[in-house]
Amino acid sequence: MSNCEKFINLSTATTKNETKKGKTNMTSVIHLHEKYRVLPGPEAYLPPAAAAMGVSLPDRGEALVEGEIVPAEEAMVKIAEKLISAKNPTIFPGPQILWVWNEKVVEKAKAVRELAETVGAKVIPMPDYRPKYPMIDPEKEINPNHPNLTIWHNDIDVCIFVGVHCHFANVALKIIRGGTDCYTIALCAKAGHEDAMISLRDVDVDTIRRLTEIVKDIKRRESRRADG
Amino acid sequence: MKERKIVDPEYLLKEAPRERKFITGNEAVAEAIKRANIDIAIAYPITPQSEAMHLVGDLYAEGYVKDYYRGENELGVMSAAAGAALGGVRVFTATGGPGTLRAFEMFPCWAGMRLPIVCAFMCRGVNSPLTIQPDNIEIGWLMDTGMLIFHAENPQEVFDMLLQAYCIAEQPDVHVPIGVCMDGFFVTHTREIVEVTPDDEVLPPYDPSMSPIPTMDMESPPVRHMRDPFVMKSNYISYATHASWQQEVRAAADRARKHIARYMGNPIEVINPDAKLLVVASGSAAAQARVAVDMAKKEGIDAGLVKIKVLRPFPDKEIKSALKDAEAILVPEYNIVGWLAREIASRIDASKVFGGPRVFGGMTMPPEIIVGEMKKLARVVYR
Repeated sequence: MSNCEKFINLSTATTKNETKKGKTNMTSVIHLHEKYRVLPGPEAYLPPAAAAMGVSLPDRGEALVEGEIVPAEEAMVKIAEKLISAKNPTIFPGPQILWVWNEKVVEKAKAVRELAETVGAKVIPMPDYRPKYPMIDPEKEINPNHPNLTIWHNDIDVCIFVGVHCHFANVALKIIRGGTDCYTIALCAKAGHEDAMISLRDVDVDTIRRLTEIVKDIKRRESRRADG
Repeated sequence: MKERKIVDPEYLLKEAPRERKFITGNEAVAEAIKRANIDIAIAYPITPQSEAMHLVGDLYAEGYVKDYYRGENELGVMSAAAGAALGGVRVFTATGGPGTLRAFEMFPCWAGMRLPIVCAFMCRGVNSPLTIQPDNIEIGWLMDTGMLIFHAENPQEVFDMLLQAYCIAEQPDVHVPIGVCMDGFFVTHTREIVEVTPDDEVLPPYDPSMSPIPTMDMESPPVRHMRDPFVMKSNYISYATHASWQQEVRAAADRARKHIARYMGNPIEVINPDAKLLVVASGSAAAQARVAVDMAKKEGIDAGLVKIKVLRPFPDKEIKSALKDAEAILVPEYNIVGWLAREIASRIDASKVFGGPRVFGGMTMPPEIIVGEMKKLARVVYR
């Protein structure tokens, strides 16, 4: 990370100068934190990949919250809180759960739909990864090459990626962080995603059902509190 | 195919019993591939690699490799390797020197396509006038392709690194190609004792469902979708996507660090870390530097060695830590440009880094010439 440290020193100076002139931060290597945090944007013209800034993926039983490794259960509660407090939570199911390529997928897709219904979240699919030209229909789908268009059009403040192949999820999550203020959550069946604000790893049907239960629990508690 | 026992990778690499064999680096390549559960190996001959892929062809004939053929040239071979990997199988190939350059377009393509191909590079000179002799200038070029790059010091490391490479490359969060480099002739054609694992135990097969991209199975969704080239469109979002894509490939290399630690251990080896004079080297230069450091110690010079096994991702933290108290750092290399010295100088106080001695075009590097440079530096460091 020696290069990064050099960049931090240089770019801190640059930012101060630019701030004096009232210019916008347009350089991806600039960040003012000692430790890089994965937070909602718009972050930069071209934000860095979080992995290049020292954010590591969690081990089994752990998760990432804004660049910090925490126990998976703690991250699930945080996800539930984010979903419940969101104005327009949206789930983006990817090809791995939209297409029946094995039996487990059906159960997982049902679990995701139940989560969406419990949260009251919109579902906008990412059926494939082909760039959509001349223009995507942002009400019908999201695409990893220009995900910001769907997020801007629908004014999405919290989103979940699930069933998206890891490479395309990371590309999209970084573009979203760069250009929107959307809070991103990745439910990954493999090793997780540093570029999401919250990322679970090894997510299976049981994990999604557990997340749905946590959402229900929090909603029940809030309902009881509201009822006095 | 021969029936063999599939074993846990960590068992195979760390615990399996080992048999001692007196073999060359090229023969060590074949021994590793025999245990790597390879689906397809594609070959095109070039000195000093030819023998290795010939031996891999023998493995195919004997039922240790599922498929094998000779391509029409190196670019064809590396393109075919990409096609095979996109189809979801484990691929091995090898080349070197001019072959590396002829195929070069495909190496960043492999990385960009997130293909976990393992390629052995048997390094040789590439410049005119023609030489077939040792020279590893090609490693300096390979280091910016997005591939992970390992550099073997001897046939034992060739054997181990090739097997380790598959374990690391195929991790879903990594999933980029790995080049296992070795210096032509010094390693490929030199016979040494190599400890090999039982040949009836193999790595588990590659699981394409763990890939971070869809495997190109044209029969079943969701994987029938080709990736249309967004670069063909001239607009901001296409450029931004391409940039984000490239960052993701480099991020994959960063993620490899923890898997490298798991399967390979420390990416550097340090001998006598407290010495003020350190020699930093990789590959055959590390082998010569190892001898030179011993010779220098006998002459009363307190010197140490830092050997770098993994060049990409570069072991930044480990190198900074190992070199933090050094007052002079000598970087001997088998190439004219000094790519390793450049790497070191970009990470620490460059005024402490002395690139040399360098030999190339097939020249050997006797330890005495390294000791000669060490003596000059010692006069400054220990005056």
